[in-house]
Amino acid sequence: MSRIGPMFSEKRIRGEKALITYTMGGDPDLSLSLEIIKTLAASGADLIEVGLPFSDPLADGPVIQKAGQRALAADSGPEEVLALIAAARKDLSLPLVIMSYLNPIFQIGIDEFLRRAAGAGADGLIIPDLPAEEGEEIRAAAAGYGLDLIPLVAPTTGQKRLEKIVSQASGFIYCVSVTGVTGARDNLPVEVIPLLERVQAATKLPVCLGFGISTPEQAMLAAPHCDGIIVGSALVALVEEYTRNKINKQEMLKLMAERVAALKLALRES
Amino acid sequence: MKLISYKLPDPRGYFGPYGGQFVPETLMIALEELTAFYGEAKKDPSFHAELNYYLQQYAGRPTPLYYAEGLTRYAGGAKIYLKREDLTHTGAHKINNTIGQVLLARRMGKRKVVAETGAGQHGVATATAAARFGMECTVFMGEEDVRRQELNVYRMRLLGAQVESVTSGSRTLKDAMNEAIRYWVTHVRDTYYVLGSVGGPHPYPTIVRDFQKVIGEETKAQILAQEGKLPDLIVACVGGGSNAIGMFYPFLEDDVRLIGVEAAGLGLESGRHAATLSRGKVGVLHGAKSYVLQDDRGQIVEAHSISAGLDYPGVGPEHAYLKDIGRVEYTAVTDEEALDAFKLLAYTEGILPALESAHAVAKGVKLAREMRPDEIVVINLSGRGDKDVYTVARELGVTLGE
Repeated sequence: MSRIGPMFSEKRIRGEKALITYTMGGDPDLSLSLEIIKTLAASGADLIEVGLPFSDPLADGPVIQKAGQRALAADSGPEEVLALIAAARKDLSLPLVIMSYLNPIFQIGIDEFLRRAAGAGADGLIIPDLPAEEGEEIRAAAAGYGLDLIPLVAPTTGQKRLEKIVSQASGFIYCVSVTGVTGARDNLPVEVIPLLERVQAATKLPVCLGFGISTPEQAMLAAPHCDGIIVGSALVALVEEYTRNKINKQEMLKLMAERVAALKLALRES
Repeated sequence: MKLISYKLPDPRGYFGPYGGQFVPETLMIALEELTAFYGEAKKDPSFHAELNYYLQQYAGRPTPLYYAEGLTRYAGGAKIYLKREDLTHTGAHKINNTIGQVLLARRMGKRKVVAETGAGQHGVATATAAARFGMECTVFMGEEDVRRQELNVYRMRLLGAQVESVTSGSRTLKDAMNEAIRYWVTHVRDTYYVLGSVGGPHPYPTIVRDFQKVIGEETKAQILAQEGKLPDLIVACVGGGSNAIGMFYPFLEDDVRLIGVEAAGLGLESGRHAATLSRGKVGVLHGAKSYVLQDDRGQIVEAHSISAGLDYPGVGPEHAYLKDIGRVEYTAVTDEEALDAFKLLAYTEGILPALESAHAVAKGVKLAREMRPDEIVVINLSGRGDKDVYTVARELGVTLGE
């Protein structure tokens, strides 16, 4: 069964908020990607999303787009990401979630992919181009393998859609903070708090906030209104700096660990 | 040929197994809104009256169905007619759709539009309609296409549009479409997305088909008036597939052979082509399930064609369905054959076709040659070739002055 529910239950008992981090699988290469996952876990991540690189990522901004291109150039694809999850699972007990666009999953075959994802030790999936209307087949298959299919809710999601989305959801609800693509932003929009409150009123599942969150200050601001925050581009940007030779590998891992630890601290203090 | 009764898509936007709405959640509200507004507009006679007014008085419809005597003589077989979409305002069938969608956007109270473009024809048509109806317009175009289609870029700018050069991926139409969708995700509250072909999420494939079906409806009436019977064969080029659907749709239930021509580029075996239906696999791209050019890892691969407008690794979901049920035959023509057809139409008829349309001309002439003189072939001349003169010159080894 998925490790996601128990992780959030434990957090709730302790009165803590979850820190969810995103990393692109295979960026900049598979062995360093594994080290990055371990670093994220060791420095305080409560759940790690591993991106499956895709050539045409509609919901992502430039930082994650480029990470996908680097991973593809380093020969990372669905097989490699599944192997990466399996390798990470050997040492880690925290929940691991695959974030993938639909097409690469579709090519392997929905049932086959989910079977292998569960076998590799993944706990769930986030598919940004799969709205509630199209997800029936995948939801049913995922449930059969004990995988959570985590839906996204946007600021533009109306009440009727929200109810439909949460009624089908498992794991947690991924709230998108902005109308826009992934990427660090200076300020969280004010509409975030009413959105989180609206989603929490509609479901008992944990509600987490992502897209645009990069700093401990933003984490502190959002944390009282949700069960966790999701940080991606701000961490992926460090990998980009490394690939541009602006920092070396040890420095990149150290900065990543520091950033995660600072976010974790902010969540504890909020 | 199997005659069919045809009523698609279904209420969820599916043509058999193809179509759907595979987009980020942020956009779902926009698609729901569009579905509702389009449903209303479709039933409203005043919307049709307004659309028809602008199609006739502004875009220049109906376009002629021209008996191409010179080309017929050259082919030495069936009578060849050309549906002259190249004679519309801005020079391609694209204007039919952009006027329709901009009128729809206006009805929805939107003041800004965004579009993607490959060859630039859809970008020019969107910029034109936006200018006419006083809307702000942003057009995304791949850097490679900006280079290939400099003239159209300048036309768009003269029309007041903001042209954004896209440097990600293969820097062509597919990447321009990614960026246009990302832009739409970010500006969804006040921006209407004018999609250029019969692809994308539901309801776009239906909306674009409905705005383009005027091509086939006119053709049907014109051929009956001129020849007293329906054509035996209709040929149209297919990139995303909007001119082809527009031409085919009114004939789907008739006893007429329909052929869609994709770009075989350097050859189907070369791996450098844009023949999505001939060589692609079923997948999800830009919001719809259809045939897609992709590798065995599900990554979208770069398409190639001499014609920027056909250079797209996806195809409209309705074409995927029509292929599967065998109602439309899909074939492919190489860059070289298209270039030859370009020259042929110039010499025999004094018409420079768009390189896209030249693909249909190549196939149409080849098939007409094998047919009887009492048979009729209609080729959809989707656009004019002015924009391609530099490309053709380059291919023919001619340097044009700056």
